[in-house]
Amino acid sequence: MPEDLDLNVLTVSSARAAVQERQTTAQALVESFYGKIEAEDRQPGQINAFLNLTRERALQQAKRMDAIVDKGNPLPPLGGVPVAIKDVMVTRGIRTTAGSKILGNYIPPYDCTAVSRLEAAGAIILGKLNCDEFAMGSSNENSAWGPVRNPRDLCRVPGGSSGGSAASVAAGTAVAALGSDTGGSIRQPAAFCGVVGLMPTYGRVSRYGLIAFGSSLDHIGPLTKSAKDAAIILRHMAGRDPMDTTSVDLPVPDYEQEIAKPVRGLRVGVPKEYFPAEMDSEVRESVEAGIKLLERAGCEVKPISLPHSKYAIPTYYVVATAEASSNLARYDGVRYGYRSPNAKTLAEMYRRTRDEGFGAEVKRRIMLGTYALSAGYYDAYYLKAQKVRALIAQDFLNAFKDVDAIITPTTPTPAFKLGEKSDDPLAMYLADIFTVTASLAGIPGISVPCGNSKEGLPIGIQILGRHFEEGTILRIAHAFEHARVSAAVH
Amino acid sequence: MKITQKDVSYVANLANLELTETERLRIEKDLNSILEYVDQLAEVDTSNVAPMAQVSQIGAAGVAADPLRADELRDCLPHEQAVAAAPQTDGTFFRVPKVIER
Repeated sequence: MPEDLDLNVLTVSSARAAVQERQTTAQALVESFYGKIEAEDRQPGQINAFLNLTRERALQQAKRMDAIVDKGNPLPPLGGVPVAIKDVMVTRGIRTTAGSKILGNYIPPYDCTAVSRLEAAGAIILGKLNCDEFAMGSSNENSAWGPVRNPRDLCRVPGGSSGGSAASVAAGTAVAALGSDTGGSIRQPAAFCGVVGLMPTYGRVSRYGLIAFGSSLDHIGPLTKSAKDAAIILRHMAGRDPMDTTSVDLPVPDYEQEIAKPVRGLRVGVPKEYFPAEMDSEVRESVEAGIKLLERAGCEVKPISLPHSKYAIPTYYVVATAEASSNLARYDGVRYGYRSPNAKTLAEMYRRTRDEGFGAEVKRRIMLGTYALSAGYYDAYYLKAQKVRALIAQDFLNAFKDVDAIITPTTPTPAFKLGEKSDDPLAMYLADIFTVTASLAGIPGISVPCGNSKEGLPIGIQILGRHFEEGTILRIAHAFEHARVSAAVH
Repeated sequence: MKITQKDVSYVANLANLELTETERLRIEKDLNSILEYVDQLAEVDTSNVAPMAQVSQIGAAGVAADPLRADELRDCLPHEQAVAAAPQTDGTFFRVPKVIER
């Protein structure tokens, strides 16, 4: 492993190039990452992003990549790139827990499509990443395997639910990671840890093998060090998959070419509802400065309104928990996962298995969702929320008649302290206030670092686009990264 | 609408959860505070709005809603793999505690 290869700044392209140009071998690169993980992630009080290292599978893939280089052949597009996977995506023969005790010993018999597509493109899977139990949480404190700590400040949360994914990329213990986003679970932790997080359009990436939380809201997407890396990874996992009927049969653009296009003349909308009077002043200043940079880069900035935004959190917590209560009914101790040893009858076995296997937040959401679907409350809660969801989506469709993208803060505040909100579910839910709207509408969104608070905590700017126009938001994100660099130089 | 302990028991029963006394009290408090927040949805006029259950319903460009596949046999999970992760199995069936008492 040559000294000049700094794992902290390695990108998808530079990692591949290092292996292709024989600066290192894929096997040596994998070993360096495992060394870094052992040194920085695994001890008590350290980051705790990794739940499980998939050394054997990683080294096998690394050998395959090295053999390609040895023969003088070009590597596949992600050849030799070490990545890590949120533990809500199933991996054949490799323990997959979704951050839950109820799947503590679960060994899946198949691979998630997104994971197998990355591997087919040459990526090396280093391991499985910590997350909130069943992706339910905004701080990664709901994991049965202990919280993840924010690499930028170990006293603070990394965000959630893809906290391990954001933390591993920020710490440089993986070049890139896959996360899942149901109400902000890729973008919010990306903002908290100072990395890029992309939620693609609903239907762009197959959900096959993603352990279900809210099926009409669940998305898989990349967390990376740059918009360019996110563009490369998205291209290689997107597209129709016969195993997911909601995955869409549309051509997948070459996003790397898309991001190279100029942003001059693009119209970006700034919704007033995302800048409330009481918002954190550092977040406001940072995002407003970011919008000025885009204006200087040639974007036309327009004030817009998304009038139903204030109803997004209550809508989301009815729709998502209703879907979750149905999806999580499958955990009954019969076919896989944990079974309570303390039961004599079948009914007792179901109940005790679920009581002992699920954590507090998961039970809370199952209860809320079951209530919202129960006789007498279905119309008042579930059906009502589905109608308001339609209005929230319509707000975006209307706005996108006049603008090509929408810019907002990703989160209302920078990363909070461990334990700060863990006793107040509603306060925790409000951490997703700027991200749930896009999840409900099914449009793509990306969070990009846009500054730091006085305490040195990262702040994220969110760019939202039309359905299936990931190319546009990646292009703006890429231009924004360049504008920030040149603004810092001048 | 205020959630009571009776509602908590009823819903826990539907959800196949038992819950301890402490959990029941906590969930009563949490559900009331969350539902109070959710109640603001009542102020939105949705009288002419169709419910949105799926993203494909809202007509994003070029997307067909719910495409159906051809009704043909496809490979499925081999039997031994399907039961391999079960807490209790005889290799053919999943084993569960006796259902009918006599």
